[in-house]
Amino acid sequence: MIIAIASGKGGTGKTTIATNLALVAPAAQYLDCDVEEPNGHLFLKPKINDKRNVTMPIPKIDEELCTYCGQCAAVCEFNALAVIGDKVMVFSELCHGCGACTFTCPEKAISETTKSIGCLEIGKANAVESNELLFAHGISNIGNPLSPPIIKKVKKLVNNDCFAILDAPPGTSCPMVQTLMGCDYCLFVTEPTPFGLNDLELAVGVARQLEIPCGILVNRSDSGDDQIQEYCRREAIQILMEIPFDRDLAFAYSKGEAAVIHSQKLREGFQKLHQKIVAEVEK
Amino acid sequence: MKELTIISGKGGTGKTTVTAAFAILAKNTILADCDVDAADLHLILTPEEISSADFIGGRGPQLDSKKCTRCGECQHLCRFDAIDFSEESGYVINEFACDCCGLCAQACPEEAITMEDTINGHWFTSDTRAGKMVHARLGIGEDNSGKLVTLVRQQGKLMANKEGCELLINDGPPGIGCPVTAAITGVDLVLIVTEPTLSGMHDMERVHGLCRHFDIPALVCVNRFDLNLVNSEKIRGYCSEHKLPLVGEIPLDAIVNKAQVARQSVVEYDCGLVSQVVREMWSKVEKELNI
Ligand code: SF4
Ligand code: SF4
Ligand code: SF4
Ligand code: SF4
Repeated sequence: MIIAIASGKGGTGKTTIATNLALVAPAAQYLDCDVEEPNGHLFLKPKINDKRNVTMPIPKIDEELCTYCGQCAAVCEFNALAVIGDKVMVFSELCHGCGACTFTCPEKAISETTKSIGCLEIGKANAVESNELLFAHGISNIGNPLSPPIIKKVKKLVNNDCFAILDAPPGTSCPMVQTLMGCDYCLFVTEPTPFGLNDLELAVGVARQLEIPCGILVNRSDSGDDQIQEYCRREAIQILMEIPFDRDLAFAYSKGEAAVIHSQKLREGFQKLHQKIVAEVEK
Repeated sequence: MKELTIISGKGGTGKTTVTAAFAILAKNTILADCDVDAADLHLILTPEEISSADFIGGRGPQLDSKKCTRCGECQHLCRFDAIDFSEESGYVINEFACDCCGLCAQACPEEAITMEDTINGHWFTSDTRAGKMVHARLGIGEDNSGKLVTLVRQQGKLMANKEGCELLINDGPPGIGCPVTAAITGVDLVLIVTEPTLSGMHDMERVHGLCRHFDIPALVCVNRFDLNLVNSEKIRGYCSEHKLPLVGEIPLDAIVNKAQVARQSVVEYDCGLVSQVVREMWSKVEKELNI
């Protein structure tokens, strides 16, 4: 079972929810797909036992064979190649590694090398009740503009026997969609403010287009207005959990501690959330 | 004309709250909402649209099934697993998975695939009580947000020149990726809004790294600083170690959400401590920008 935890708006507590859920759900696996800002490890404190480089192919021009015809530059949709006089320039930071230039070159002058765009770290963390939690995250290199290839690699690590939790990147653009694709269920974490609602509506739009069933968790549920509830009623989306603002919890979060470790009440709350999600998926 | 971009790394640290307050405090400014993925500034500034236009972000493949002989070459070559096949519908491009690289169009022996312009979103110019504003909406699941950010900034600059404004304030996108780079390259000053949480601090360091990479002067502001005083102290330490001016520490206060629910910036809603800190911060930013 693969569950995505997402939020249109950043900072609604998505990672808090994902990590706490991972700590109480039996046989869970936590995969951080927010590869630009992977933060789940701060709360789960996993032991990393495997580290893998993520690379991307980039073209390499054989100057002996090249006739500087310019066709490679013409087909590149990302302006990552330029042919100036008798020089072919590759702007690797613009390249998407698609292979269109290699395919097109009439002289077979293009081969490919790889460049590193990030890495994967895989390990285990201690969950509550001495359960073991499988952990993985992707980390994008600073300055790397392409996170989807790293997200795909993280998703390849999903263990189908587990309750796999994907911590999705915020927003509704390509990386978030890449994360949601193929999931069984998506839980949106939001807060009851105009910003929260606005961004939630966009995010629900993605789930609808991808035909992924979804539910809502309202975090800091007492800190705004009741527009989220109204929206959910209108759109027939289930609210699975509401968590009021709690200064102690916010403080635990700020120190990088998972709230379920300290609060029996929250532990039960998250166990219930897990059961509700499983019931929704099996429906 | 000077340009200021407000970013945070981690989302939800209160970047837009600060931007909206600055927008109200600044005289003679243009606003650009570069958070095109989840634009929120309009919720506070309630813009009245002057113009709107399509954003053509690039080209995408169109497959003409009438010309397709089902040879499978495109699917075989596509590196993004973006071409599906079924007996009923034949080869179909999955636009969510597609990277719009054009390889399939090059490869198709029947010329059944062509690259066509795609509308990836919309952008607007508007009037607000804080000045004119450029904002945008990216289509769901679209790539190219970096390009749209660039467009919004460009239009913001044009507008600032036309209106004779001395400042352009950009509400930046979250993260450290391509849209953030597009929102900060070449600006005069970046303000990083962080919070005293491990994730907030971790991300602040990452975006600060990005600013240094592009050699852009940056300032820091800590939101909800009293949530964790130990961490706030660490942020102070980081800032002094890196000669990064810390221009404000905003306390945790329910007033921030109340103002948002009332669709007002904090400085309009109330004149308590939060407003006071934000006002002081603004005068420091003004000084730094030399305006
Ligand atoms: S298409 Fe091949 S031969 Fe032509 S310029 Fe590019 S690398 Fe050189
Ligand atoms: S691999 Fe694709 S993106 Fe990279 S240079 Fe070649 S055509 Fe351009
Ligand atoms: S344009 Fe590129 S990514 Fe899209 S379907 Fe064609 S080959 Fe695949
Ligand atoms: S390469 Fe062209 S003809 Fe062959 S399956 Fe693809 S679209 Fe059809």
